[in-house]
Amino acid sequence: MSVRLSSFIKGYRRVAVLAPLFKLFEAVLELCVPLAVASLIDNGIARGDMHHILMMALLMVVLAILGLAASVTAQYFSARAAAGFAAKMKSALFRHITSLSEIDRDIIGSPALITRLTNDSNLVQNGINMFLRLFMRSPFIVFGAAVMAFTVDSSLAVIFAVVIPVLGFVVFLLMRYTVPMYSRVQGALDKVLSRTRENLSGVRVLRAFGKERDEEKAYGADLEALRGLQMSSGRVSALMNPLTYVIINFAVAVLISCGRTRYNLGLAEAGTIVALVNYMSQILAELIKLANLIITIARAIASGKRIQAVFNLEPSMSEAPDAVTEGSDKETAVEFRDVSLIYREGGEPSLSSISFSVRRGEHIGIIGGTGSGKTTLVSLIPRFYDVSSGSVSVFGTDVRKWKRSALRSSIGYVQQKAVLFKGSISDNIRWGRMDASDDEIKRALERAEAYSFVMEKKGGLDSPVEEGGKNLSGGQRQRLSVARALVRCPEILILDDSSSALDYATEARLRHNLSELDGLTVITVSQRAGSLMTMDRIIVLDRGRIADMGTHEELMGRCELYREIYSSQFGGEA
Amino acid sequence: MKKSRVSDRRGTMKRVIACIKPYRAVLTLSLLSALISSVSSLIFPMLTGKAIDAITGGDGSLFMRMMLFMAASALVTALFQYLMNLANNRIAYGISREIRGKAFAHLQRLPLSYIDSHPHGDIVSRIVNDTDQLSDGLLLGFTQLFTGVVTILGTLICMFAVNWVVALVVVIVTPLSIFTASFIARKTFSLFYKQSEARGEQTAFINEMITGASVVSAYGMEEENQRRFDEINSRWAHLSLLATFYSSLTNPVTRFVNSLVYMGVALSGGISALCGIMSVGGLASILSYASQYTKPFNEISGVVTEFQNALASAERLFRFLDEKEESPDDALPSFTLREGKVDVSHVRFSYSPDKELIKDFSISVRPGMHVAIVGPTGSGKTTLINLLMRFYAPESGSISIDGQAATSVSRTSLRKSFGMVLQDTWLKTGTIRENIALGRPDASDEEIRAAAEECHLGSFISSLPEGYDSVVSDDSDGISAGQKQLLSIARVMLTSPGMLILDEATSSIDTRTEMIIQEAFMHLMEGRTAFIVAHRLSTIRNADLILVVKDGDVIESGTHSEFMEKGGFYASMYSSQFRA
Repeated sequence: MSVRLSSFIKGYRRVAVLAPLFKLFEAVLELCVPLAVASLIDNGIARGDMHHILMMALLMVVLAILGLAASVTAQYFSARAAAGFAAKMKSALFRHITSLSEIDRDIIGSPALITRLTNDSNLVQNGINMFLRLFMRSPFIVFGAAVMAFTVDSSLAVIFAVVIPVLGFVVFLLMRYTVPMYSRVQGALDKVLSRTRENLSGVRVLRAFGKERDEEKAYGADLEALRGLQMSSGRVSALMNPLTYVIINFAVAVLISCGRTRYNLGLAEAGTIVALVNYMSQILAELIKLANLIITIARAIASGKRIQAVFNLEPSMSEAPDAVTEGSDKETAVEFRDVSLIYREGGEPSLSSISFSVRRGEHIGIIGGTGSGKTTLVSLIPRFYDVSSGSVSVFGTDVRKWKRSALRSSIGYVQQKAVLFKGSISDNIRWGRMDASDDEIKRALERAEAYSFVMEKKGGLDSPVEEGGKNLSGGQRQRLSVARALVRCPEILILDDSSSALDYATEARLRHNLSELDGLTVITVSQRAGSLMTMDRIIVLDRGRIADMGTHEELMGRCELYREIYSSQFGGEA
Repeated sequence: MKKSRVSDRRGTMKRVIACIKPYRAVLTLSLLSALISSVSSLIFPMLTGKAIDAITGGDGSLFMRMMLFMAASALVTALFQYLMNLANNRIAYGISREIRGKAFAHLQRLPLSYIDSHPHGDIVSRIVNDTDQLSDGLLLGFTQLFTGVVTILGTLICMFAVNWVVALVVVIVTPLSIFTASFIARKTFSLFYKQSEARGEQTAFINEMITGASVVSAYGMEEENQRRFDEINSRWAHLSLLATFYSSLTNPVTRFVNSLVYMGVALSGGISALCGIMSVGGLASILSYASQYTKPFNEISGVVTEFQNALASAERLFRFLDEKEESPDDALPSFTLREGKVDVSHVRFSYSPDKELIKDFSISVRPGMHVAIVGPTGSGKTTLINLLMRFYAPESGSISIDGQAATSVSRTSLRKSFGMVLQDTWLKTGTIRENIALGRPDASDEEIRAAAEECHLGSFISSLPEGYDSVVSDDSDGISAGQKQLLSIARVMLTSPGMLILDEATSSIDTRTEMIIQEAFMHLMEGRTAFIVAHRLSTIRNADLILVVKDGDVIESGTHSEFMEKGGFYASMYSSQFRA
């Protein structure tokens, strides 16, 4: 069962209830002011009672102060409820997004997820804030005015009984039209955000091809589409005020003509008509305030639905309730049994019938052509994806039965694209293990052949890393991400082509350092046969299938494909 | 600090007004509509009064006339209200469209040094969220401010017509509520600015973590990240609470001031009535005007504070727009490649002033020469490419191609003469076809297919459900790093550029495919100047000139066979590769 947005009001329920109540109290106080004035005139001036006049003036001051206190309290409570709600919702949304798998996230797309966490959340917050401020007060005044009308003249007041539902219907109709429209507006905003973000991440390629003008043009088209949607939703929303105005003033006209008939029949007095007209204008004044609220709320509902849609995405990889934190077989590090994987519905399988097992402490190499499924294969070990058929086990236990955090904490996975995060170098290494000491970090850096370049930096371990590691070279990023994996002292280390940007000498030293770690199972994906020659076994992948498996010598002897790969690198010198 | 904020606010205000200028005509229409609808709505109560008088007076024809006038007035008010709303929509949405367009165009001209050193999420937040905030503020402002002002003026006129003394008193007291409103406005502006900053920080964090989501889950950093997110989130929520609360104070406070004024009028009126200076009826009408007059003030003062939010966002936007652009070069001649002779002389460069990277770099590349740049990681190889492509500018020294200084021609034309493939590949959101044809959108299907086949992508593309029309994006799944690199190479193949820059262009491609690509590359590079950064020394053995770079300096230069003969850094690197 997915989370309902309304549940985030929990913990703010009291303020959310109190805010409108205080607002209501303020409205009641406001209604008392005319009574005080009336008393001042009737009892004070008429009777020449100076004392009474002063008392009434004092009462008005007291009413003003109470009103101020009540409305300040109400504003505070509604601001707190709205900000609190938004904060809780964003926190839960962030958690939910993190819990989704890559495939799940792809359904909505990263840019759209970012809009939901930022822009859409803001709109929901605004909506709640305005709603709490006005939703008690406005109906109170509208219905209050209607009730008062009935006490004045019940047959003329029937007009009120007609007008209020009509107004309600108009509001309902406009909401029904505009909510989906605002949803489309937010969708167009997703696109704008997406292109902005892409323009930043692809800045080098775009500039190299001189695409700036084209991008500007395309962005202009996106903006134009957004503006078009905003204008058309705005056109409908703009009807709100004029429509209420016309309805109410026509009601006033009807009221007056009916009043005239009754007056001529001697059933009503002029004062009655005046009073009813006044009540009607009171409703108008309140509804005009409400009109902006309705637009804000329509937008908040549209955004709320979009956020709800993200919450409704169930993570496709669930964790078993009885998930284990330890494997059953300490000696078999990894085992694949007849594994197949299909990424996209209707697409060809990326892996098929993969079976092999890796003993603890073994060093395994994986080699194969571009797109042969190497990355896919290793990403099944920390369970980034679930297999379409077959099974993957780590230490004798199916990865689907592992507690995910336990599984991943035993694995050091260095991805092909070395991603670092804003912070310091030591912050980044500590991603591997939060409680790592400086010495442990230094050791990991040394093993990853990163120590010397880190120490050459002015700040050493505390040198800043920009978002994504933009201020480091490709090779430096790769070595730091290896260090990040090593610092967690994993039982299984997966290196997915993670030394492609390293020169050979550095890579050879790195490999040597790793071979000295006792009992560590290492699975290395590489394009370079030279990097894998010393492995205990090498798996040769070809279009998602295992073509052969064995030591370098064995494969050189019997595997045509492996020989081809080898000779492509070492040429005649082989 | 505080002082600069205030003056900034004024400056920002001026610039916002400047943005509105092109909409003078629409603005006039909006103002005119506001005037007409407000006046018409002010007339309506008078008409109802007259209609009621007609009832009591038994004047049937006057009554019918009044009814007609009322209907007309209601329709006119509604019509002009609608017109005003449409005009305001047009202004607000138009301005946000233009500002976004301007910000994006600005982004195209910002130097890479800015883009590389600022969180992308924060830039995105400015362009997307802050612009939205600004347009919302403008919309609200226009809709309520004008009608409010017109209503105030209208009532003022009515009041002066009835009793100028009381009107004068009210006018004199008015500044009190304006003063409180502006006091609160000033206070909220800085809060809104901080809220906006926190929102930017949050967007940056979200962007970074969603981009690196797979690393986050590989390292089980979900909880830690959640903690960091919650930390930023609660800081933001606190600021948001304060900003919302303080801004919403205006309404109660001005209303309080108004109540006191009202009480004062009642008290003084009551005493005057008691002394016989004023009639009870007079007091009643004064009181009703006093309350009618103060109402629009409440609304306007509310708008004024809400408007601070828009201004705070506008300021963040303007600060972004004020970032220094690269010097405009539209007027410069475009570069025409003749032979591809490249001269780099005495170039000095560093990313940060405290660490010198390239001290004194000079090379002279003959037309058609293939130059390989090798060296340990972090030695400045990619920097050379940044300089050649003019992504960054050297601090001193110069680069010239075919005798034309790189700075004397337009950047775009210079860049277009290079075909560049980087190690960090990037895919644009779009179809495979669009991605390959990025550099030449007019390429025919056959040409695109041919480029893809040459890069050995044929079978991969046909395995996709929609072939060349399959939509991909930079963060989409199911495409390997190698395939991404092949797509990037196909892009360059299609443009057949005059010169080439290959920065580890084949690092993620398997060596057998690479050999096939290499052939295509050799064909492409024939007679063309090329710069190749690579670790696989086998791929650069055939280069005409090999530069061995270390710590930003060329420590060796020559050919493969020369190096192997005399031994040295290159020779030792080369042998380490094969004697692993």
